[in-house]
Amino acid sequence: MRTDDRTTATAAIQEAAQDHGLQDGATVRKKTSELREVIRHLVRNRAAVIGLVIIGGFVFTSVFAPLFATHEPLRTELGNRLQPPSREHLLGTDELGRDLFSRMLYGGRISLNIGVISVLIGVMIGVPIGAISGYFGGRLDILTQRFIDIMIAFPGILLAIVVVTVLGVGVENVMIATGIASIPIYARLVRGSVLAIKEQSYVAAAYAAGLGDGRIIFRQILPNCLAPIIVQSTFQIATSILWAAGLGFLGLGAQAPTPEWGAILSNGRAYIRTAHHLTTYPGLAILLMVLGFNLVGDGLRDALDPKTR
Amino acid sequence: MYQYIARRLMLTIPVVFGVSIIVFSIIRLIPGDPARAIAGVNATPQFIEQVRVRYLLDQPLYVQYGRFLTDFMRGELGNSIFSGRPVTTEIGERFPRTLLLATVSLVIATMLGVTAGIVSATRRNSLFDNASMLVALVGVAAPVFWMALMLQLLFAVQLRILPATGIGTLRHIVLPSITLGTASAALMARITRSSMLDVLRQDFITTARAKGLNERLVVYKHALKNALIPVVTVLGLQFGILLGGAVLTETVFAWPGVGRLLVDAILRRDYPIVQGTVMLLALLFVLINLVVDIVYAFLDPRIHYQAGSGE
Repeated sequence: MRTDDRTTATAAIQEAAQDHGLQDGATVRKKTSELREVIRHLVRNRAAVIGLVIIGGFVFTSVFAPLFATHEPLRTELGNRLQPPSREHLLGTDELGRDLFSRMLYGGRISLNIGVISVLIGVMIGVPIGAISGYFGGRLDILTQRFIDIMIAFPGILLAIVVVTVLGVGVENVMIATGIASIPIYARLVRGSVLAIKEQSYVAAAYAAGLGDGRIIFRQILPNCLAPIIVQSTFQIATSILWAAGLGFLGLGAQAPTPEWGAILSNGRAYIRTAHHLTTYPGLAILLMVLGFNLVGDGLRDALDPKTR
Repeated sequence: MYQYIARRLMLTIPVVFGVSIIVFSIIRLIPGDPARAIAGVNATPQFIEQVRVRYLLDQPLYVQYGRFLTDFMRGELGNSIFSGRPVTTEIGERFPRTLLLATVSLVIATMLGVTAGIVSATRRNSLFDNASMLVALVGVAAPVFWMALMLQLLFAVQLRILPATGIGTLRHIVLPSITLGTASAALMARITRSSMLDVLRQDFITTARAKGLNERLVVYKHALKNALIPVVTVLGLQFGILLGGAVLTETVFAWPGVGRLLVDAILRRDYPIVQGTVMLLALLFVLINLVVDIVYAFLDPRIHYQAGSGE
């Protein structure tokens, strides 16, 4: 039902936009009203609002994890192993008698951190590569593109696995690995946007006014690539969280006793027949968090795209 | 067209070399002695010396890379530290199983995804459309390994109608392929739906309808042909996601393919196997993308490819 409202809302907005002749970004607004417009479209999109609520919930419980936690996430209590969910242990206990609910609260912190930091790594390296490659073109562009081709040759999580193999396991290395794995995505995306924006008359004007290349790239071009970068980053946080959980599950990510969701799930596998709460809940948490970011990403894409507005 | 294909082939060459350089670098970037990494932690000093001489590890890097490349061309990838068998034998045994799993998953994903996408687009905002798009959203977000465990829990532990792990019979491939195919099916459903909706809005569809053509003919003959073009372009990407996902799926289902081989090798520090499997998966992905690009060039008549033009 939620998607129903969302699609009808988008369709209605599209029609309205066409009626008013607002197509292909023909309207130029001031920055503040642009931002207000985007927010207005975002909060009208019910799916995106659900996504925002999910992310907000995770951020809140992660920041205040010590307040919500009912037990110490690392304290073992061997007399209390593999207990099913109860009033004392909301989501039960694990094979060492640790409280799953408390561990998962701290696990949310880890996943959010990995998602955000790895995306920051990807953006900080990938965006300049793409911008320089697209702006200057020529041999530099060809060289960078072949380099990006090589990185893209390692499908999905494989590039992150290769990086972790070299760096070693652990949460920090997972952040670096998933960050590196997202570099080619940003480089490609930004290069494409820069190629389109480079042809705009205001860039030519800036050049004619004697602005340096650096200023043109950072002041004139990149601010206009922000929309696709923001949309991609929202999706990329979701992907990084999934990759990191996958690495944790394989034993190549966070190590015991770190309460990372993928690692908790991997530990719980051995007890799936007797204590399936150890696999069910961490997986559900990953799913929800990823879903939240994907919903907001979808919403942002629609809200930032003048065509669908 | 042929110029485009030739150019596309040329572009593949530096990528293949790049992949080989990255694989070559793995052993040399991990902390410690590369000879020990190839020989194994428990190797005798004599064997480590042998390895050092064999792989020219006391020579400059470019000499080492030359040896690496000629070895690779001859199919000599060394021996597994764990089993002592040649890497090519180990991979050769397991690769068909991964290929089988990925192919079955892709077929399932395409059938499910494309069908759901078409029905959703033609019955926009119907109950089916909303339900399938909701399932698709969840399918993309669910971790592969979690899906695997939940399916095992339901079909193997509770209902006891399908085996949880292993290979051998047709029944063994059901759960792994569904697990692996879910995310791809979900993505394809979304892409097919939006692409179909785009095409159905085009003028030539209005014309076809205005001519009084049967709606079924309009949808399946006129619209579908054009709507599937973006779906084909993501097929290659999907296959890559499946190969990456195979690493996780194979681990959960004890499916003895190259994905599981890679994970075991990393955990056991069996670097010759790591090199071989990473190389294989990357080169396979490069090959698939090459094929997809060429097929795409034939499929899409709107694009005229010229040698020397941009991407």
